[in-house]
Amino acid sequence: FTEMPTQNFVESCFWNFDSLFQPQQHPARDAHDTFFISEPRVAKDFPMDYLYRVKQIHSEGGHGSQGYKVDWKIEEAEKNILRTHTTANSARMLYRLAQQKEFKPVKYFSIDRVFRNENVDDTHLAEFHQIEGSVADYGLTLGDLMGIIQEFFKKLGITKLRFKPAYNPYTEPSMEIFSYHEGLKKWVEIGNSGIFRPEMLLPMGLPENVSVIAWGLSLERPTMIKYKIDDIRTLIGPKVNLQMVYDNPICILDN
Amino acid sequence: MLKTIVFISSFAAVFIPGCRKRVGLSRDLLLNGSLTLGHTYGTAIEETVFEKCLSSSGVFSALVDPMGNSVDVSTLESLLFAVTSILSNADICTYKDAYVSCIKTDLPTSSYAADARLKNVINVTKFESEINSICSMNISNLISAVQGCESNLVTIKTSCITVDYSSDANFCAHRRITFEEFDELCFEFGVEPEEPDEKEIAENPDSALEWKVEIGANRYDLLCLEGLARGLLVFLEKIKAPIYKSIPAWTGKSAKLRILPSTAKVRPFAVAAILRNITFTPESYKSFIDLQDKLHQNLCRRRTLVAIGTHDLDTIKGPFFYDAKPPSKIKFKALNQTQEMTACQLMELYSNESHLKQYLPIIQDKPVYPVIYDSNGVVLSMPPIINGEHSKITLNTRNVFIECTATDLNKAKITLDTIVTMFSQYCSPKYEGIESVEVVNPCGTSVMYPELHYRLEEIDVSETNQKIGICIPPGEMARLLTKMCLFSLSLYSINVHVHIFLSLTTIHVIHACDIMEDVAIAYGYNHITKTIPQTNCIGNQYPINKLSDLLRQEIAAAGFTEVLTFALCSRDDVADKLGKNIKNVNAVHIANPKTLEFQVARTTLLPGILKTISKNKNMPLPLKLFEISDIVMCDPKKDVGARNERWMCAVNYNKSSGFEIVKGLLDRVMQLMEIPFQKGNDGYYIEACDDPTYFQGRCATVILRGKPIGKIGVLHPDVVTKFDLNNPCSAFEISVEPLLRSS
Repeated sequence: FTEMPTQNFVESCFWNFDSLFQPQQHPARDAHDTFFISEPRVAKDFPMDYLYRVKQIHSEGGHGSQGYKVDWKIEEAEKNILRTHTTANSARMLYRLAQQKEFKPVKYFSIDRVFRNENVDDTHLAEFHQIEGSVADYGLTLGDLMGIIQEFFKKLGITKLRFKPAYNPYTEPSMEIFSYHEGLKKWVEIGNSGIFRPEMLLPMGLPENVSVIAWGLSLERPTMIKYKIDDIRTLIGPKVNLQMVYDNPICILDN
Repeated sequence: MLKTIVFISSFAAVFIPGCRKRVGLSRDLLLNGSLTLGHTYGTAIEETVFEKCLSSSGVFSALVDPMGNSVDVSTLESLLFAVTSILSNADICTYKDAYVSCIKTDLPTSSYAADARLKNVINVTKFESEINSICSMNISNLISAVQGCESNLVTIKTSCITVDYSSDANFCAHRRITFEEFDELCFEFGVEPEEPDEKEIAENPDSALEWKVEIGANRYDLLCLEGLARGLLVFLEKIKAPIYKSIPAWTGKSAKLRILPSTAKVRPFAVAAILRNITFTPESYKSFIDLQDKLHQNLCRRRTLVAIGTHDLDTIKGPFFYDAKPPSKIKFKALNQTQEMTACQLMELYSNESHLKQYLPIIQDKPVYPVIYDSNGVVLSMPPIINGEHSKITLNTRNVFIECTATDLNKAKITLDTIVTMFSQYCSPKYEGIESVEVVNPCGTSVMYPELHYRLEEIDVSETNQKIGICIPPGEMARLLTKMCLFSLSLYSINVHVHIFLSLTTIHVIHACDIMEDVAIAYGYNHITKTIPQTNCIGNQYPINKLSDLLRQEIAAAGFTEVLTFALCSRDDVADKLGKNIKNVNAVHIANPKTLEFQVARTTLLPGILKTISKNKNMPLPLKLFEISDIVMCDPKKDVGARNERWMCAVNYNKSSGFEIVKGLLDRVMQLMEIPFQKGNDGYYIEACDDPTYFQGRCATVILRGKPIGKIGVLHPDVVTKFDLNNPCSAFEISVEPLLRSS
């Protein structure tokens, strides 16, 4: 897997939402879920022919899709926000991949910070870390996605997994990943995954029979479960418990 | 050579408790070339006659229904499926009923065993296992959904779901379903049920008998109990999804809603429909109101895109008019009010009511407000705010007039379709109470609503199999899709495709991949074999991350402890508290912070570390902390106008400031990067400077290869105090990116 460049907390709505086929009227684009930027307020320099194709697929459909049948406004897309997921960076990478003359399969990953406009309490933060992995190749299947997720979590010492149908605007099919927690004696959600929609990939220019499978999880939640931490603020931020940092053992996960 | 004789000796269908109709197959008149299908309704027998086409070998190769469509009959279940789905009146069409009625046939039965032949009584094969589990859902004693509208939750009374626990077809015993079984079912289907926790039960004891089910954001057809129950029952193959159609008015003349031109200024679109002959119970009434609330919250985006109004048709007289008038000209008695008031007075009244005041801004400042009235001038509603008292719906209402006004016509149509389809089951006859209304546009053209469009889609069986990673035949795929409320048939003649009849309740299907997901869900995600992608790639770390990781290990080895701090902070943190002016800081500002801790993105790592020290004052001294992380700054050269830069900051907090300690660390870092301490193009050095954050005379710029990359020094006492610290501090902060270019 190759690490993606993710050194931009500030992202435009275009890459964070529109290129991922998330509709402009989706609740996640509301002010109470996302941090909007007042300075610099808007982004510029979009690849215009790609932007036009994204506009088409949202408003009218195409490539076998019905689309969302709503007017697509560039004013919404150019607004800057603090990224809500590193999937925005995956979109940039996939677009770049599609511009190459010949398609070569790739595997990408990233581990970086994302932002949600939430009230901070003992289980929620406004900023946290997202782990993201994706594979782009010809003929990938849902079975492949489940298989690679299983191997990934095996490396983290998690072996009992179940998959549940879910909904993401940019993946179809989508699956939530659950693992069995021996201590809590129940299935807890540990991640989300799916196959990117054709409405996202085809306007970029990727060949039709290329599928991109992807999965993601947060870093904080599994850490809290593993180390039995109740308050997320003792793990990250100024209220970190320094004694915990001093005393922490080395971490070997795949025992 | 299969002779297809399909007959039963008599109408000996096994009686299933609760069924009013039975489906039977009467004697096949093979000889005179027709297959007669009968179904009983009480004692009367209605027969529908189909033509049958025999191929030359005498095998049933196709069946043509009265409308001339050909259907697959290559296996018994597809024959029965075809036959029962064409019968529009049989609403108990489960495979079990149909199977039990049929005594002998030579058609192959299970799609898995296409070659197997049936002997005598048909074994229920695969369906047996499902029948042994959840067998029925009695949806007649439903409880209403919760007040206060959480827009994605549907509440179910636990007692309304029962399970058969006997495998003997002649005897059915029921017990209440357990949460675990229900959770299992919901897990496979893709919704999430929750049991109430102790706090909720303490506040509201009735809630102990309720479960809340969270529905995905794109499934408007599952948002009310009726819809969810129907979805689950179809998934379990207990019922078949009804076909909805709107019928013209009995009198021959449809109700009319005229849209007048002035509405274009404020809310241009409107659609309407009638539910005829509906019977409400207290529970279904609450469910009806609640569905409107939920749709208002999510699909209608808090009434800004669409607003729904429902009225008792018998209290009003058509034709109806949708107009927009100046507020002073609108006067009516609003819902639950005792007097007539003008629109201005109503806006005043509701500005104090938390429930409605959020909707007032949608029309408040417009010159005209939308209003709907009937031919007697009685006001039905003033969308999106409030309906009129006169036409309000009660438990005795028999005919409902539904209107949706909107700024987005497409969403209005979806909203209208959702309401009528969810509640047409309470009409009599069932599902047949959707009556169309003619909506006349300002330019004179008219459209009949609800549209209730169906469309036909086709998917390729082998492509779908390949994309999921399974291998099932077309008939099985068709069955799986039907479970997901997507009526499907596989055409025998074109064996590679499955044809799907998409109803409006499957509005979430916008591309073939949505259909493929439904096949996978019906198959069961957890039944798919897991494989590893064959892709081979070379792995790579992003260079700055690799360098950061290596440096973190070394700095920790030098006796410093790493911290991870927030990227967002207050304006003061990066300016005033450091002795600087926010205008000079070049920070990225947040437009909508919830608290002042999120006003800007950090331009320096120093505040984060100082705050960490202030929250850990009980720790023994010295505190030597560091962080290697991104800061954010405006950059007009970037497309988004800002970029991140990797910086490193180390702080020594002790009884004495310890400048030599941080300088020692800086030297060590440079040593690790093979950068010599020298002026000139290859090395680094420090040069005294003035900086308000640092103590005058104890501050220097760090210069690498002729360019400044950061600062080092003893922190100014004002800074130390502003961050609520008690001891002196020294620190350095440099950008890591120039270090990368060295190696």
